[in-house]
Amino acid sequence: MTAPTVELLYWDGCPSHPQALAELRAALESIGRGDVAVSVGRIEDDGQAEASRFVGSPTIRIDGVDPFPPGDDEPLGLTCRVYRLQDGRFSPTPDPQLLREQLARRLPDRTGPA
Amino acid sequence: MTLALNDSVEDFTLPDTDGNPISLAPADATATVVVFTCNHCPYALAWHDRLNDVARDFARRDVRLLYINPNDADRYPGDSREAMKARVDDGAFAAPYLHDESQTVARAWGARTTPDVFVVSRDGVLAYRGAPDADHGDPQLRAQWLRSALDDVLAGDAVTKPETEPVGCSIKWRP
Repeated sequence: MTAPTVELLYWDGCPSHPQALAELRAALESIGRGDVAVSVGRIEDDGQAEASRFVGSPTIRIDGVDPFPPGDDEPLGLTCRVYRLQDGRFSPTPDPQLLREQLARRLPDRTGPA
Repeated sequence: MTLALNDSVEDFTLPDTDGNPISLAPADATATVVVFTCNHCPYALAWHDRLNDVARDFARRDVRLLYINPNDADRYPGDSREAMKARVDDGAFAAPYLHDESQTVARAWGARTTPDVFVVSRDGVLAYRGAPDADHGDPQLRAQWLRSALDDVLAGDAVTKPETEPVGCSIKWRP
């Protein structure tokens, strides 16, 4: 089985990535997947944003899939991403509970069938 | 050029979303709050209701609040005048929302983030600069740093905590 990949893409102009990374690692721990390494990538310019289909900082991808898919009309570029918490509030980072649920759904259980 | 605490600010005039010119005119109120903000920053959005509450709560105490969007709308169309007007027409603003298209005011004031909050006293002196409160994620804080600064200015006292670190999205400067 191929090891799953979890990626955090960020842009320095948005200060949310340390919190996002901490919450991502905590979420992995909480579902028993602290063994999964998080690959952190910095987006530095519009060209990189375009090439990486980057719609804002932070962007998380699990095996290449964004668990919080942006709208089709979301422009690519160097900006801060807007998330919604479960209670409807705006947030610069994903809702931690929703993040845990997405990780649990998309990452195979390491104690699963051999 | 960046404003520092206790500096005298220069007046400015910027258009609101209907094109009406609005001036800072600090002498027109006991205190004026200037908030650099924008349409798509999660920090600005997270603090927005708290800032609107300040605008409403302090209006009766002769405080004006002005929102200013300084972002480069050519590269970030979500900050266009049309997008600003759509939010105003939706009732999202409790105070005028001005467009700093040339970014002249943002540069003169040294604004760094959205939001970035400034308080100017009636005599045109900068009395507070920074964040609304300590945590964008906690609405219970109610923009307490800003409220305390306004209470001090309205009482004629020196502001107890005159400077805090602005937190938010970097302003999108024109190339």
